[in-house]
Amino acid sequence: MIPGFGITFGFTIFYLSLLILIPLAGLGWKSASLGWTEFWRLATDPRVVAALRTSFWTSAFAASVNVVFGVIVAWVLVRYRFPGRRLIDAAVDLPFALPTAVAGIALTAIYAPNGWVGQWLQPYDIRIAYTPTGIVIALIFIGLPFVVRTVQPVMEEISREVEEAAATLGANRFQTVWRVILPGLLPAILTGFALAFGRAVGEYGSVLFIAGNIPFVSEIAPLLIVIRLEEFNYPAATAIGAIMLVLAFVVLLTINLIQAWSRRRFGYGG
Amino acid sequence: MADSLALQGSFAATPETPFRDPTGESPAAKWVLISIAVAFLALVLFMPLVAVFAEALRRGWQVALASIVEPDALAAIRLTLLVAAIAVPANLVFGVAAAWAIAKFEFKGKAFLITLIDLPFSVSPVIAGLVYVLLFNAQSYFGPLLNSYGLQILFAVPGVVLATIFVTFPFIARELIPLMQDQGTGDEEAAISLGASGWQAFRLVTLPNIKWGLLYGVLLCNARAMGEFGAVSVVSGRLRGETVTMPLQVEILYNEYNFVAAFAVASLLAVLALVTLVLKAVLERVYGRGDGLRGH
Repeated sequence: MIPGFGITFGFTIFYLSLLILIPLAGLGWKSASLGWTEFWRLATDPRVVAALRTSFWTSAFAASVNVVFGVIVAWVLVRYRFPGRRLIDAAVDLPFALPTAVAGIALTAIYAPNGWVGQWLQPYDIRIAYTPTGIVIALIFIGLPFVVRTVQPVMEEISREVEEAAATLGANRFQTVWRVILPGLLPAILTGFALAFGRAVGEYGSVLFIAGNIPFVSEIAPLLIVIRLEEFNYPAATAIGAIMLVLAFVVLLTINLIQAWSRRRFGYGG
Repeated sequence: MADSLALQGSFAATPETPFRDPTGESPAAKWVLISIAVAFLALVLFMPLVAVFAEALRRGWQVALASIVEPDALAAIRLTLLVAAIAVPANLVFGVAAAWAIAKFEFKGKAFLITLIDLPFSVSPVIAGLVYVLLFNAQSYFGPLLNSYGLQILFAVPGVVLATIFVTFPFIARELIPLMQDQGTGDEEAAISLGASGWQAFRLVTLPNIKWGLLYGVLLCNARAMGEFGAVSVVSGRLRGETVTMPLQVEILYNEYNFVAAFAVASLLAVLALVTLVLKAVLERVYGRGDGLRGH
């Protein structure tokens, strides 16, 4: 019999409770103590609603872009051999490794009106930085590895026999990819979308610099929490925080449901 | 065998209809897809990385270097190293303990416990800061209590450490749990039946088995600990030379329109990211882990 269950399990629960669960429960407790009417008043404040809406739509849009290009990148990395493939494969994790504040100022330097790319768009009156488009750009950067790294391992496991069968039965290559391969990848793609979306909704550092942070236009919900905290307006910060926490749980639950469905339907866990 | 080889040979040798793998794309489609992927990654990943260094060196490397060695920047570097030096070992001890309990024993609610350990990855870093502000602010219960013992959490180094531990919490545990579950309990049982103590079994049997996974987790945990911005910015209070980490120093310099200095400090963090990616690729080779960072 292996020893050490008591002490390791006890320490795990103690450390987890002290650092994660009790602080999170404190947020729940604090928002409950606001009372329902007060909570509702704070949560439906027009600026809060606008910030939540901006966060939601920019995240959904960025995650959609990531799904399209993430699947192409994963496909290229899994199926083709070309010079620089290993370098590109390693580089996909850059957004995980690069601090978000660094990404934020770098993207701003590129897309600001006088920036690397921005100056070429300026004559056409196209603005990216300091608009919701800028938020989307930052969130695409942040979310890309989630889609690639979720889809890639599943793609590697696709059995060639299925593709051969489709080809033997007269499907052309496009039909095989579209009607045989992609449906099998659907759970992984949906999970990648949910992970990228979940990360994007909570993202702060990379968005802060490029968004311009104009209330009702390009202000995201995490930033509004920070603004309220700096005003020592703890009830308002708590209310927005509680909504975001619930949203995070919904995303987590969705991912678990996708994985459960995927195990039943496709025999792998998303 | 020889027949089938000859048959394949004759397929490949027919000049007018060159053999194409029915489970592959045409060369044209293949190169279009590769071009799209490379162009997208160049725009989204490589350009920001190049921009960091180019902007830092805009007025020459001497100016960039000078903004890294000035006292506030050095204080930020020291604090970042200190915070990582506390947060990473703390989460390392936790990760090993949690993986031992979860992988070597059976108990109810194990899947739920794993979900709870992963929880900080699903939560916005701003929320991670917010929960500690609510717990330790001047109107809270704990803040004044700890203050009366001379312990300041918020807008001080302990708050920065706590927020960093929160956001880096799962890295090592989630790396070790599947690894130790795969390895089972056979090796440790053998060691213990031969008279080893639990500690000896861990040190001499388990640790060598998990060392690469452990290093991998530490690497990722450290990168995030040194680069964390959102959670730390909420609890730090930005006292210059005291509670400003490197990412916060980048923000302060940037907001002061001191762009060269901001990008100079940022380029140090970018070097850290590049070193992390190289070591990660090396570890994946040694340790045979191909799927990169799952999830976060």
